[in-house]
Amino acid sequence: MNSIRTFGTDVSAQSRLMQLAVAGLLGLFVVGFVGFSHVEAAHNAGHDYRHSMAFPCH
Amino acid sequence: MTLFRNVVFVAALAGLVAGLVLAALQAYATVPLILQAETYEGAAHGHSHDGDDAVGGHSHDEEAGWAPADGFERFFYTSMANVVTAIGFGLILVVASELAGGIAGWRQGLLWGLAGFATFTLAPGLGLPPELPAMPVADLGARQAWWLGTVVATGAGLALIAFRRSLPLAALGIVLIAAPHVIGAPQPVSFETAVPHGLHHDFVVAVTVTNLVFWVVLGSVAGALRSRFSDEPEAQKSFA
Repeated sequence: MNSIRTFGTDVSAQSRLMQLAVAGLLGLFVVGFVGFSHVEAAHNAGHDYRHSMAFPCH
Repeated sequence: MTLFRNVVFVAALAGLVAGLVLAALQAYATVPLILQAETYEGAAHGHSHDGDDAVGGHSHDEEAGWAPADGFERFFYTSMANVVTAIGFGLILVVASELAGGIAGWRQGLLWGLAGFATFTLAPGLGLPPELPAMPVADLGARQAWWLGTVVATGAGLALIAFRRSLPLAALGIVLIAAPHVIGAPQPVSFETAVPHGLHHDFVVAVTVTNLVFWVVLGSVAGALRSRFSDEPEAQKSFA
């Protein structure tokens, strides 16, 4: 099988892509939630942060 | 899921460090300017309510919904948002670099950090400079869409230039990076604001420089940690 040695671990090419995709989606979700959330409480809690990161706010 | 675990571990640790550094920098570089601009919000409501132009105020804060109290509570939530998003950015950075072969050491991580800075701060900031409260802004949805499109196009453009050794693809990369600025970011109908120009200028500089430090720390720490995981010294020497 085409096992790849990467990041200190042996994985198949398919499993590698899958795990990276899950980790990447998790990252996009976290950034998207804090940066783009329209939820009032989350918006107010992260207000100064979003201004300081130049996320479109308000 | 060892790879997933390693990616999350590196991203979480790098994000924690970079997020705390950024929160500390913001506390004295950007947040005081935001607080100063908020004093103009009352004055700004008299102007620019024409068309789809909206004052970048947040009067809803006072009217409805929970908001952290000024002072320590507000700083605490800002720091939390910093660390959480930093881990998110860390995940994106580590995953992108793994797809390209993995970061070998802190110096390569620094370059990845610079790419993140160009993608997430510089490029969107050209069309949509960091905004202070009480400044007029275009429709929020349109700005978020342009911001996202610019980030994706810039990231893809940089990847084409860095990882495809081909002149046509490098040219396509430049086109991708330039395209969002040719299209143009959504702008407010009027730029009239009570916020002094000098205050906004200081804020743009402060945001850009603090983000530069953030991305450099994030990439460098991720690179340094990553090299401790990998036991292939040869493979670490190149991106691909």
